[in-house]
Parts: sequence; structure tokens; C-alpha cells
Amino acid sequence: MGEVLVYVDHVDGAVRKPTLELLTLARRIGEPVAVHLGAGADTAAPVLAEHGATRVLAADASEFADYLVVPKVDALEQAVTSVNPVAVLVPSSAEGKEIAARLAVRIGSGIITDAIDLEAGTEGPVATQSVFAAAFTTKSHITKGTPVITVKPNSATPEAAPAAGTVEQFAVTFSEGATGTKVVARTPRESTGRPELTEAAMVVSGGRGVGAAENFNIIEALADSLGAAVGASRAAVDAGWYPHSNQVGQTGKQVSPQLYIASGISGAIQHRAGMQTSKTIVAINKDAEAPIFDLVDYGVVGDLFEVVPQLTEEIKVRKG
Amino acid sequence: MSLRIVVCVKYVPDATGDRHFAEDLTTDRDAVDGLLSELDEYAVEQALQISEAADDAEITVLTVGPEDAKDALRKALSMGADKAVHVEDDALHGTDILGTSLVLAKAIEHVGYDLVVCGMASTDGTAGVVPAILAERLSVPQVTLLSEVKVEDGTVTGRRDGDAASEQLQASLPAVVSVTDQSGEARYPSFKGIMAAKKKPVESLDLSDLGIEAAEVGLAGAWSAVDEANERPARTAGTIVKDEGEGGKQLAAFLAERKFI
Ligand SMILES: Cc1cc2nc3c(=O)[nH]c(=O)nc-3n(C[C@H](O)[C@H](O)[C@H](O)COP(=O)(O)OP(=O)(O)OC[C@H]3O[C@@H](n4cnc5c(N)ncnc54)[C@H](O)[C@@H]3O)c2cc1C
Repeated sequence: MGEVLVYVDHVDGAVRKPTLELLTLARRIGEPVAVHLGAGADTAAPVLAEHGATRVLAADASEFADYLVVPKVDALEQAVTSVNPVAVLVPSSAEGKEIAARLAVRIGSGIITDAIDLEAGTEGPVATQSVFAAAFTTKSHITKGTPVITVKPNSATPEAAPAAGTVEQFAVTFSEGATGTKVVARTPRESTGRPELTEAAMVVSGGRGVGAAENFNIIEALADSLGAAVGASRAAVDAGWYPHSNQVGQTGKQVSPQLYIASGISGAIQHRAGMQTSKTIVAINKDAEAPIFDLVDYGVVGDLFEVVPQLTEEIKVRKG
Repeated sequence: MSLRIVVCVKYVPDATGDRHFAEDLTTDRDAVDGLLSELDEYAVEQALQISEAADDAEITVLTVGPEDAKDALRKALSMGADKAVHVEDDALHGTDILGTSLVLAKAIEHVGYDLVVCGMASTDGTAGVVPAILAERLSVPQVTLLSEVKVEDGTVTGRRDGDAASEQLQASLPAVVSVTDQSGEARYPSFKGIMAAKKKPVESLDLSDLGIEAAEVGLAGAWSAVDEANERPARTAGTIVKDEGEGGKQLAAFLAERKFI
């Protein structure tokens, strides 16, 4: 079996969960080799090793933080040249997809984005995608070059598979274009203490029916009673009630949790594009005709200001 | 010097329609009405605002697509773009991201540009990587996924709201920009705009005009192949109850039964 490069998404060596999912998927098609760019490789290595990375190729340089995307493409391209992998897997974040796409052009390879599953096939890895707002699933493979595939969060359950995870430092020679787009300022997103939306096992979302920014506290209270992440429809985001980083849908985050609870959300196609693949779907809406009810496992036709607080209370009681 | 802006737009099947695949597993473009991708309207809008702030600017809207795709160009022209370029060729049927971006890049070079503006993603394919690939192919800075953008003195600046942080970006022209649906609502074409659009020039190009071989594009030239496409089984109908005062408790019982509590 050949080696599979897995691009590590991390914050100063704290590996984000989608990378562990990728390592698990990578083992289906070859031996995972992690590529860690930026500070913190020594912190990340044990976690990567625990999930199957045989080697951790690490490079650190200020360019990775100071300039957009291209320095990371340069590094990954170099890693591809030295490893000659059977595939390259990258987490499907906005940045991950851009890195993967530019890499594909550079190494003369095809690309598949936003895979939700991956398996070995006779003509290389076969990727499953969810398309047309999750109305269809497709299976595709790459026909030219080294397959470059980006994979969405929550596509697999990370499995422990201890491997060596030997850290090998490498120095990157940056291309002329590496310094083209300068990051002049960076404001880290404030942590809410709640789970990450795309990674959460449960998501509780509010829409236009929530009515006001201050009313989102009842959505948050329900989320906290379950340990869930908070989401919002675009109508709620556009109204300024909740941050765009919490938007679920075509132009927000695509989530696929075990449980999705929609309150005061009608279920427009663009919203469904972001949550339709959730395992269990629950909705609270005062309009019995709302399209969201076509998707639900359980729906309550009623006023969310009555139903949601009662639900939160009952969860607290049941949890003791 | 005039600021030359090229806006890349896509003609897509209406997302609210019943979208399907054709027999060859390409997007079925006949079954559902097409339109200018809503996400590209944001690109046209930002191009118009940049042009209005500049002393002198010219906006060319560019699309690669079948005959009907002219509708998308017309819409952008009626919003206020100056001229249009339509790349149309039978050999393009089934072209993937890499092929499409190759054609776009050649056409952009053919037109001449200081700034390329794209939407954040198409509403049908939704990959969102064409802008980054264009920057790679054109060897110019990539300033993408902006919720705010400004062009001044040959420099483009903008705010990119990422997963972990919000970043302020800066690059020199020429550059490729993409804007999100947070960048500001697109204007509606005025009656005057719609009338004026009818007289604006639309240049048609085929692959040979751009020096591209048919084998580099199309379904046969694609870098990936779709092996199967299956309609997702309809979700089994769930239980729907009307709240008679106990709705929250009933819901909690359901969640407990499914082991979420
Ligand atoms: C290109 C494009 C991209 C888009 N991307 C996204 C996206 O990423 N995410 C997204 O969400 N949308 C997106 N949209 C917008 C989408 O089309 C809808 O407009 C949006 O999802 C509507 O949000 P909503 O359901 O909260 O609001 P509405 O559709 O207004 O629904 C509100 C619902 O709340 C219910 N309600 C009201 N009061 C109460 C109450 N007291 N108790 C219970 N129920 C109540 C109503 O019955 C109604 O069903 C996009 C649109 C376009 C064109």
C-alpha cells in the first residue's frame, strides 16, 4: 500500500477533529502521512500518531501565518514531490479547499471537493459527495494524476490506530507568488465555550421565528442543556441577531450532526443544503405547512416561545 | 488609466427547482429553468461599486456556458456592467472545475484585466474553488471570500471571515477577488438598465479563439469521473404533534427515546 498525505488542520498544534477523521479514512486507501505546517508539530504528533500517522512531515515558517494560502500550497507541493503519495486528503474548510484546488493544478491532478465518504476502488479512491442540496449522492473518482480530495467534517468516526508518527522536519522553498496576499491583521474568533458547529454531535438552530437577538438566549439555553452547538438561518443572521459564523446552509456551514433541532426555521432549500444529512431532525414551527416538517423525525407544531423553554426544563429534569 | 474589471459569472439551474442529472451524469440543464447564480450577483454588485469609486473603469462580464447562458450575461449587463464575453463551444459539455477554470483564465487574458471578481461559489456545483484556481493559473494574488472589499491606488484590501479568525487582506493589482453573500445586497436592474443592456456588446468566443484544444475540456477531458448518482431516499415520515401545552415534554420524551438525553 502506498502512502496517503493528510493535511493537518490545527491551531498551534491542537489538532482539529476533522483531521482525525481524515486519518481514519486515509487508512482505507493507504498509510497515512500527516503534513503539519506552522508551530506546534511536537504537540500534534502524538495525537496524529495515535490515529494512524506513520510519519509527520513538519515545516514551520512565518510565511504560513503572514500570507494567504499560497505558502501552504508550496509546502504541500513539496511534500507531494518527496513522498509521491497515492492520494492527498485535505479537510473541507474554506481554506482547505483553496489549498487543495491550487495544489491539484500545480501537480496536474484532478480534484474532488466536499466528499462525505471515501473507499478504496479499482481506479483509485472513490469519493461520495452529497449534491443539489443533498437531494442526490454521487460517487466519483479521479482520472488524472494523484487524487486530491477534500473531505467534510463528520464524515467518519475517528478511530485509534497507533502508529509511529515520527516527526520529520522539512524546509520549504517558497514560490514567487507566496507573498502576494498579505494578512495585515487577524482577529481570532472569540470562543463561546460551546462545541464547534461543524464538529458538534448536536446542533440547535434558530431562525426568523426567534424574532430578536435577545431571544436567542432561549435557543442557547436549549443548546447548553444538551451540550449542543448553536446555529442560525440566514434570515436570523441577516437580521443581525446571530453571527454569520453560526449560519447553517449553502452559504454558511454544512453540518451533519446526530441531532439537529430547528426552531422558527421554515426549511428553505438553501437552509436544507446545510443540514439535510443530519441523522435525526427535529423542528418546532407554528406553521404546520412549513417545508421543514417534510424532513423531520419529530416535529412540534407550536409557538417556540412555549415549546423550547419547556423542552429545556424537561431535559434538565431528566438529566437530574 | 482605466481599471479593467472582469466579473466571472455562471448560468445555473434554479436551486428551488427539481434539479437532476442527465443520462451522462452531467447536470441536467433542460429540466429546470436557468438563471444568473445568485452568488454571482454579489460579484457584479461589488464590481459596480469598485467601478463607481474609481475615476475610470470598465466592467466585462464573462461566462462559459451553453447558448442560454447569455441570459446571465444580460442580467449582469442590465445591472450596469459595460460589456460581455460568452465562451460557447459544443466541446465544453461536461467540463469540470479544472477545465472550466482553464477556459476562464484564457478568456480573462484575452479580454485584459487589472481585477477579476468572482462570487464565492456556484449554487449548483458549490465547490467554491474556481477563484483560487484562477489566481493560480493567472499567477496573480488571490484575495478571496471577502465580506468587504475596496480597491485604491492599485491595491485591493478586504476582510475575510474564516473559521478560526477574521483576516484583513491586502494585495497589489492585478488580482483575483471573490466576494461572499455578506458583502452587500445586489441591486435590481432598473428599467433604464434593462433597455441599455440590449445595446451593450456581447462578444462570442469558441475554444479555437482561445487556443484551447477540445480534448483539454469536456466530459472526456475531465480530471474526475462521476461513476454514479443516486437520488437520496426520501426521509421516512416522522411524527408530528400539535402543541397542546405538553409539546416540549413530548419532544423531550422523543429525545430520551433516541438516547440524546
Ligand atoms: C444564494 C442563496 C444562499 C442562501 N444561503 C442560505 C444559508 O446558507 N442558510 C439559510 O438559512 N438560508 C440561506 N438562504 C436564504 C433562504 O432562502 C431563506 O430565506 C432562509 O433560510 C429563511 O430563514 P428562516 O427559515 O429563518 O426564515 P423564514 O423563511 O421567514 O421562516 C421563519 C419560520 O419561523 C416560523 N415562526 C415564526 N414565528 C414562530 C414562533 N413564534 N414559533 C415557531 N415558529 C415560528 C414561521 O412559521 C416560519 O416557518 C440563501 C438564499 C440564497 C438565494
